[in-house]
Amino acid sequence: MAAIRGLRRFGSLLARMLGFAGGIAAIGGAKAVDLPENRADLMFHGYDGGGVRATGPALLVRKNLVDRVSMSASYYADIVSNASIDVVTQASPYRETRNEYAVGLDYAVRDALISLATSTSREPDYRADAVSLDVSQETFGGMTSVAIGFTRAKDKVGHKDRGFFDNASHWRYRLGVTQILTPRWLASVNVEAVADDGFLGSPYRAARVFGAAVPERNPRTRSSRAVKVRTIGEIADRQSVRAEYRYYWDTWDIRSHTVEAGYARHFGEQWLADAYLRYYTQDRALFYSDNATAETLYVSRNRQLGTFTSVGLGAKLAYTWKRIPGRYEVRLHGALERSRFDFTDFTDIRTGSPYAYDANVMQVFVSATF
Amino acid sequence: MKAKYRILVRCAAGAWLAAALCLAAADAGAALTTAAKAPDFTLPAIGGTNLRLQEQRGRVVMVNFWATWCGPCRVEMPHLNRLYDKYRGSGFVLFGVNIDEEPRKAADLASKLGLRFPVLFDVEKKVSRMYDLSAMPSTVLIDRDGRVRYIHRGYRDGYEDTYEKQIRELLKE
Amino acid sequence: MSRAPSIARHAAFALLACAALSGCARLQPWVKPYERERLADPVMKLQRDGLSDKHFEHVRDVREGSRGATGVQGGGCGCN
Repeated sequence: MAAIRGLRRFGSLLARMLGFAGGIAAIGGAKAVDLPENRADLMFHGYDGGGVRATGPALLVRKNLVDRVSMSASYYADIVSNASIDVVTQASPYRETRNEYAVGLDYAVRDALISLATSTSREPDYRADAVSLDVSQETFGGMTSVAIGFTRAKDKVGHKDRGFFDNASHWRYRLGVTQILTPRWLASVNVEAVADDGFLGSPYRAARVFGAAVPERNPRTRSSRAVKVRTIGEIADRQSVRAEYRYYWDTWDIRSHTVEAGYARHFGEQWLADAYLRYYTQDRALFYSDNATAETLYVSRNRQLGTFTSVGLGAKLAYTWKRIPGRYEVRLHGALERSRFDFTDFTDIRTGSPYAYDANVMQVFVSATF
Repeated sequence: MKAKYRILVRCAAGAWLAAALCLAAADAGAALTTAAKAPDFTLPAIGGTNLRLQEQRGRVVMVNFWATWCGPCRVEMPHLNRLYDKYRGSGFVLFGVNIDEEPRKAADLASKLGLRFPVLFDVEKKVSRMYDLSAMPSTVLIDRDGRVRYIHRGYRDGYEDTYEKQIRELLKE
Repeated sequence: MSRAPSIARHAAFALLACAALSGCARLQPWVKPYERERLADPVMKLQRDGLSDKHFEHVRDVREGSRGATGVQGGGCGCN
């Protein structure tokens, strides 16, 4: 509860800063900011790792409606077949579909872009609704871009046998500053605070205490902070490198570091390729235990909260199929990422050794800007 | 150590935000002012010939600074084409000053868009600096006496109507 | 919790300090709009394909215990 109060104060502080930024905007020169360009994406995505497969389509359409207003709508579906280690060792594999719909409105006023979006995600036993407001402001001759955002989400948590039985609420506060350093280098800092309240676990998951399976007990609040710094620069003609680092910490005592390095370049006029390496390492939550040897108020064997590292290698390729400058451009894309997850304190009870698995993420999509 | 680190991170984030907002207030306007004499320049145009601003004295000149990588510039082009066709007979001239590093790309785009007004190349950005561009695109309207009368920074839907109004006003003088 | 007021204190201090800095007004943007050609190239975009990034972020959100500060606009869905 104190966490929520604290974050609400942080939220009101951000609101005050937003007002301040608005005041500055009024002083600054009237430079017209661009609306995001019209766009349509159609994607087929897939994830395969640790016995879970999630595939499905995704669609995004964005269109300028009136002079300063742009509207976007997106649909995303996950058809999940779950035969993960949790599922196969405790129950039987299952299949379900999750649908997510989102609608957004962008309004350009002077140097600022105001975005309002709402989304809803539905699956048979979980429903999440969210509303977010983002304001981004160009300042200092367009060299600095400041963005503030807020998301409020409410979830209904259910169980396939019991129906919906509890709720969860989330508040997210974001702040980002992007700075042009030189004609060839950019840097940005992003900060995000998240507060959760309510049922924050899974009604299907069990924890292990003295070797016996018990329903997991998670705290009903969680408050987290994350800071990410990144930089991107052009190192040679039409080639760029980027580096990012994120530090995360929360009240469940989870600490994580994410490091990512990437390289992108054009090949001729039609091909654009990316390659990146991502390293993620996490320290377990306070109440996480592979096999608890004491009775504690909270206990969980959710491996997502354990100690593990993940190393991923990814590549993307985009092909410009048709381009009419000033009119439209159609591109075909493919993306592939392969990662390896290595757990330190989660045992694969089928083998008795620490659990590890490989995951593949795949996307193929068509995008048109017009 | 961890508590100190947290304070440092928050302080840095707050300071960066403050600096960004502060720099916003420091954002100075362009040094180019209306009623001042338009700085003269000579630039190569498509086809190889050089065009000089001073030689247009007696005509109303619109100088539009654009680039192939600037979205609003491309949206503005058909309107500029139309205005050029409509008023060129009445003593109106439009200079499309392109600032791309590769003039060839600009010439390609100019022919694809069917631009009928002269396109000049300011590869070294000398003229851009002289005119102290603070936005892309930038449009400067110069009257028959060679004075800067109107400056437009950026482009939004509806600007072309303002351009037309101002061109007619300057042509009447 | 003493965290939120301390954020407020630090940010307010930073803002006041900057407001007092009259030297700020003399600092000019050093990369002019006509020098931003390289920054307009797709390879220099931090977020090129929103839908694609959103999917990657969702996969990571579900598999990992961290969330936030990814720079992907639009917040999370909170789904499990």
